Amino acid sequence: MSASVTDKEARVHLDTRLAQCGSRWDSRTGAVSMPVYQTATFRHAGLGKSTGYDYSRTGNPTRAVLEETMAAIDGGCRGLAFASGMAAIDCLARLFAPGDRIVVTEDLYGGTYRLFERVYKPLGIEAVYVDTADTAAVEAAFTRKVKALFVESPTNPLLKVADLRALGRLAQRHGALFIVDNTFMTPLLQRPLALGADVAVYSATKYLGGHDDVVGGLLVAREPDVAEKLAFLQNAAGAILGPQDCWLILRGLKTLGVRLRRQQANALDVAAFLAVHPAVVKVHYPGLPDHPGHGRQLLQATGCGAMVSFELADPSRAADILAGVQVFLFAESLGGVESLITLPAVQTHADIDPETRARLGVTDGLLRLSIGLEDPNDLIADLEAVL
Amino acid sequence: MDLTTRLVHGGENPEDGFGDLTPPIHLSSTYAQADPERFGPYDYARSGNPTRAALEEAMASLEGGARGLAFASGMAAIASTLLLFSPGDHLVACRDLYGGAYRALTTLFARWGLDTTFVDTSDLGAVERAVTGRTRAVYVESPSNPLLTVTDLAGVAALAKAHGLVSIVDNTFMTPFLQRPLALGFDIVLHSATKFLGGHSDVVAGVAVMADAATGRRLYAVQNAFGAVLPPQDSWLVLRGLRTLAVRLAAEQATAQELAAWLAKRPEVARVHYPGLPGHPGHDIHARQADGPGAVLSFELRSPDAAKAFMRSIRLPKLAVSLGGVESILSYPATMSHAAMPPAERASRGISDALVRLSVGLESARDLKSDLEQALGNDGRR
Repeated sequence: MSASVTDKEARVHLDTRLAQCGSRWDSRTGAVSMPVYQTATFRHAGLGKSTGYDYSRTGNPTRAVLEETMAAIDGGCRGLAFASGMAAIDCLARLFAPGDRIVVTEDLYGGTYRLFERVYKPLGIEAVYVDTADTAAVEAAFTRKVKALFVESPTNPLLKVADLRALGRLAQRHGALFIVDNTFMTPLLQRPLALGADVAVYSATKYLGGHDDVVGGLLVAREPDVAEKLAFLQNAAGAILGPQDCWLILRGLKTLGVRLRRQQANALDVAAFLAVHPAVVKVHYPGLPDHPGHGRQLLQATGCGAMVSFELADPSRAADILAGVQVFLFAESLGGVESLITLPAVQTHADIDPETRARLGVTDGLLRLSIGLEDPNDLIADLEAVL
Repeated sequence: MDLTTRLVHGGENPEDGFGDLTPPIHLSSTYAQADPERFGPYDYARSGNPTRAALEEAMASLEGGARGLAFASGMAAIASTLLLFSPGDHLVACRDLYGGAYRALTTLFARWGLDTTFVDTSDLGAVERAVTGRTRAVYVESPSNPLLTVTDLAGVAALAKAHGLVSIVDNTFMTPFLQRPLALGFDIVLHSATKFLGGHSDVVAGVAVMADAATGRRLYAVQNAFGAVLPPQDSWLVLRGLRTLAVRLAAEQATAQELAAWLAKRPEVARVHYPGLPGHPGHDIHARQADGPGAVLSFELRSPDAAKAFMRSIRLPKLAVSLGGVESILSYPATMSHAAMPPAERASRGISDALVRLSVGLESARDLKSDLEQALGNDGRR
């Protein structure tokens, strides 16, 4: 029995869909939690007969429920789950051929940059990097045939906001595929497909899984033709997500609403505290009214998320701060229930060359916070003690 | 650190291993020893396991106790606790309590020589009158299952101390997020961690937390000897659930309050039991001893037939046993949680065949209300 969305179900709210994801699948036992189909293969009743499943790389019920849930909450026709966020992006990159050009956000996750520069550039796929928060600059980059536009908004780690609707129209005019890495926002806060994107990509490791205990990636496609190509690649290249990890992400999705809303509220408190602190020269958070993308963010999303970055007046203090935090954890990743602090210049953006980093503003004094579920007073007290 | 922060970081040990943000799942049943006469911290998984220990320590910290112990189910936690007593001992217990606890007390333990007198523990005088020379403990739930009866916990704890009794409370419905009985004077807090603590209807587990180390050691001896321990993977899942306990239960409670008030005004509903309603007996006591009324309510339809028609019409909450998950669950105590209690016993406690219990999940209040409305409209119309 599949989790197909009936007319009636389509009218329920996002929180309801999230709370009950996977809990109506098993009609045989009525199991309220989706079973983990830890199987590589499936028996056939006879030649030419199939239950719909034959080999877990191609399709697995637990993975299917995760994929269908994501498609339903993101407003897409198909979801696809991968072994990691990078595996999901890699699958997208396989849509292109030597000679193709892609326009990409210049300040984006270093791992994506590395994939394009070190893996796909040698294969003849050219990525050009622009400030995608500047719509005119993106338009200018469409000088010759561009196959795709790959955008993060808000960006990692500077939280710059792109005008997604305008970029969507631009991509459509030029016949380019519009891809949005929506990891920071999740469908709870921002739905790229509704804003004109063809594909939304997620590191499910972050907010979707939500508990820092599973690595996974997801694609959600808006239209069947793109979905079919991606599904073919998922099966052919095989970087699928295993059933236990799919189940853990499903479990995380159930509380996405309550988690992210609380984390977002905490983030605003922390950002406001940092904005007036003498040791801090600048705070990047779309929720602060003086953030350049603040207005634009509110037009295209229902919230500003839980990521905050800030620049130290004295960059040399970064090491002491990272060693001194007691509540924040100095660790890579983001989006989990525990608050984390990182130094992008040496961690997530280490793969970007120093000159580019400096030009982008990913300086040695830039710290990035992923705000979790702790009491905001404890988080602020921790920052106060180390700043 | 605030409880909310401790919920998020419980079980973490930054000194261990590789700095994992979540505790590793230690599956090994046995541990190599360097020396035959001096063992390391772990020797056999029944006696101690690092992942289970992480949960046990987290729970002890959240309840403010000296020691936590995790068991294979809530009933295993209750049964192991009852093994602290001896044949010939006597227990005073609350009248309306979980059917499984009632069954254990009146069958397994009665057979073995532990007698129980059930009283209305919201009446402290009745509790005191039930105490005899052989009484060793008082056992309560507050709010109780399924009528949400409120007991004055500080009052019972004081009474227990005055008579040298062990005070035991099942805090499953409230969790330490809303109610911390050890701070009110209780000796032992029990949980079915299957419910709100695990929170996702995907793990069966029990936890006991003891206020003092000596009682902790005695219950540990039972846990080790009888071995109804919680396995490491399940311990890890409960820890994972704890991370979001505050945000889950806060949201579920808000919806429950809205639904309880709405149901109380419906003509199809004869009565609503919920500590958050101003007319609920013990409302003020509950408001003093807990931080909120919780996310479980029960209500009576006009007749058993109306209740059954209602349950057959409901579409959004699942008709199931259990409670405390992210999905709303509607239960029928007569055939589910209190089936183990004979009908006459149920009737004498006011647990009628028209009573249904709703555990409110994370679905939107609007969707739940809309579904309850259509199901109420269908009751009796068959």
